[in-house]
Amino acid sequence: MIATVKRVSSFSIAVCAVAIILSILLATCIGAVGIAPSDVFASIAWHLRIPFTDQSVGTSDVIIWQLRLPRVILAFVVGSMLASAGAAYQGTFRNPLADPYLLGVSAGAGLGATLIIVTGSNPNQYLVPFGSFLGAITAVALTYTLGRSAIAGRSSTALILAGVAVANLLTALQTLIQQQHNDRIREVYSWVLGTLNTTGWSDVRLVTPYICICLVVLYRYRRVLDVFGVGDEEAQTMGLPVERVRATVIIAASLGTAAAVSVTGLIGFVGVIVPHVLRLFVGNSFRILVPLSIVFGGIFLVFADLLARTVLAPAEIPIGIVTALIGAPFFLYVLGSRRVGGIS
Amino acid sequence: MFKKSVAVALAVVALGASTSATSSTNAATAKPFPVTISNYGQSLTFTKSPTRIISLSPTATEILFSIGSGSKVVAVDNQSNYPSSAPRTSLSGYTPNIESILNYNPDLVVVSYDPGDLVSSLRNAGVKVLMQDAASTLNDSYSQIVQLGKITGRLTSANAVVWNMKKKITLALTSVPSRATGLTFYHELDDNYYSVTSSTFIGQLYTMTGLVNIADTADGAEWGYPQLSGEYIISKNPSFIFLADSKCCSQSRTTLKARPGFKNIAAVKRNHTFILDDDIASRWGPRTASLLQSIVYDIKFFLKTNY
Repeated sequence: MIATVKRVSSFSIAVCAVAIILSILLATCIGAVGIAPSDVFASIAWHLRIPFTDQSVGTSDVIIWQLRLPRVILAFVVGSMLASAGAAYQGTFRNPLADPYLLGVSAGAGLGATLIIVTGSNPNQYLVPFGSFLGAITAVALTYTLGRSAIAGRSSTALILAGVAVANLLTALQTLIQQQHNDRIREVYSWVLGTLNTTGWSDVRLVTPYICICLVVLYRYRRVLDVFGVGDEEAQTMGLPVERVRATVIIAASLGTAAAVSVTGLIGFVGVIVPHVLRLFVGNSFRILVPLSIVFGGIFLVFADLLARTVLAPAEIPIGIVTALIGAPFFLYVLGSRRVGGIS
Repeated sequence: MFKKSVAVALAVVALGASTSATSSTNAATAKPFPVTISNYGQSLTFTKSPTRIISLSPTATEILFSIGSGSKVVAVDNQSNYPSSAPRTSLSGYTPNIESILNYNPDLVVVSYDPGDLVSSLRNAGVKVLMQDAASTLNDSYSQIVQLGKITGRLTSANAVVWNMKKKITLALTSVPSRATGLTFYHELDDNYYSVTSSTFIGQLYTMTGLVNIADTADGAEWGYPQLSGEYIISKNPSFIFLADSKCCSQSRTTLKARPGFKNIAAVKRNHTFILDDDIASRWGPRTASLLQSIVYDIKFFLKTNY
C-alpha cells in the first residue's frame, strides 16, 4: 500500500488528543462520591509524579486513583477497541450493520465465562477473563473454518451465515448450562450485562497490551478496507490478496474484541453506533473512519459508563443496558433511513 | 445506646408475651384438628396432619425438621441443604415442574415463591399449597413456625422453638457492649455490592445490636436491597464488614483485601471482616437466632481486639 493520500494533519491529531484527555479528566471528576476537582487533579498529578505536587491523602485519593481512574481508562480502551473493530468488520464484510460480535465472539465469550463460573468452586478474578477470551477465540476460529469450507465458497456471506449458526449454537449451550446451575445464575447474568467495575489497574494492565496491538493492525489496514468496498473479485484483480487481508483484519478485530469482552462482559452497540455517527460527519472512507472510531469509541464509552455509574448512584446500571438504550433506537434509525448495502 | 436498650427491652417484653401465649395454646393442643387457616387468598382446612409434605422452601424445610415434623416430609427442593437428613431432590422452587412434584403424591406443598402459576396449578390438581413467603420481621418468622406447627400437629414443639429463638436473641442482645452502639457496618449480599437496609429482615437484626448500617442512606428506591459501589463503601469507611457471599460468590477476606482501595477501609485494615453463612443469612427460619448470636460474637471480638 503506497500512501498517496494526504497525511492526517498534526492539528487534528492534537485536537483528538485534547478531546481524549479532557473527557477522561471530566469523567474522573464525577462519581458516586462527590470529590472536588482540585482533589482529583492533585491525586492524579501526584501519582503521575508531576513535580511540585503534594501527595493527596485519604479516602478521596484511594477512590480516584484505585477505583475511578482505572475504570475510566478501561472504558476508553474497550470503547476504542469495540468501535474500531465494528468499523473494520463493516468494511471487510461490506455490511453496514456488522458489529464486533458478528462472528460469534460474544456467544463464545459468554459460554467460556459461564463454564468457568459454574464449574469453578472458587472462580478467581483472572480465570473468568481467561475462559471468556478462550471461548471467544474458539468461536471465531470455528466460524472461520466453517465459513470457508461452506459450499458458497470463500464469500463473506458464507462467513456471516456461519457466524450466525455458531453464535446460536453457543448461546443455546450457554443458556442450557446456565439453567442447570441456578445457584450461579446471578454471576453469569451480571457478566452478560457487562460491567466496567474493575479490579483496579490489574484489568487495565491485562487487556491494554492486546488491544493496543490490535488497534495498530487495524489502523495500518484502514486503507485496505476502502478497497474491499469495490467487491472481492474486483479487489483481487486490483492486486489485493483478499483472503489473506481479510483473515488478518478479522484476527486483529476478533482478538481485540475478545480481550475487551473478557474483562467487561458484553457491551453491545458501541461497534455499530460509533462508526455510523462518524460516517454522517466525515463520509464513508475507512481511512478516516478507523482512527476516528478509535478516538470517539473510547470517548463514547467513557461517557456511557459515566451515566451507568452516576444516574442511580451508588447503584449502577449495567453498561450494556446504557449503550443499548442509546444504541437500539439509533440502530433502527440507521436501518430505516440509510441505504443499506445488503448482505450479499 | 438508647436505641439498643429499647431493642433489648422490646425483645424481653416479646419473650414474656410468648411465654403466656405458649401456656394458653397448650390447652388447645388437646384437640389439635381440624385446623383452618387462611393463606394466600384461600382458606385451608386440615382434618389431620398431612403426611406427604413437599417443601420447596429451604426455610420451611428447616422449620419442619426443627419442630419434629421431618418424618412427614417426603421431598424437599434442591436448595434445601439443611438439615442434612432432609430428603433433598432435584425439585426446584424457582423453575418448578408440576408433574415431578405431583409424582411424589403430596398432600401438602410448602412454597415461599410462586413462579409461573405454581400455586394455582397445584391447587387445580387438588393439592393443598401453603405459601410462606420471605418474612419481613422476626414476628413473621415466629408465626410461620407456629403455623407449620398447627398444621402438622406439633404446635407445642413449634412454640418451644419460637421460645428458644427469643431466648437466644434476648441473651445475645443483652450481651452487646454499649460501646458497640453507633459503629458502622456493611453487609454484603454479593460481589456486585448489593446490600440490605435496616428495613429488611436481616437488616433488623443488626439494628437491634445498635450498629449503624451504611446502606440505609443509599436506598433511593426504598426496596431494602440497594446496590452500593466501591466508592461509596470506601467513603463510608465501615468498622465492620459482614460477608454473606462466601458460598454464592466465593468471597473471602482475601478477595476483599484484593479489591481496589478496600485495604484502606477500617474494617479491612483491622481484619474486622466476618464471614456469615450465606444460607442462614438469606433464610428466616430457626437458625436466625444463631445468626444473630454469631453477629454479636463478632462485635464482641472486635471490641476486645480493638481496644
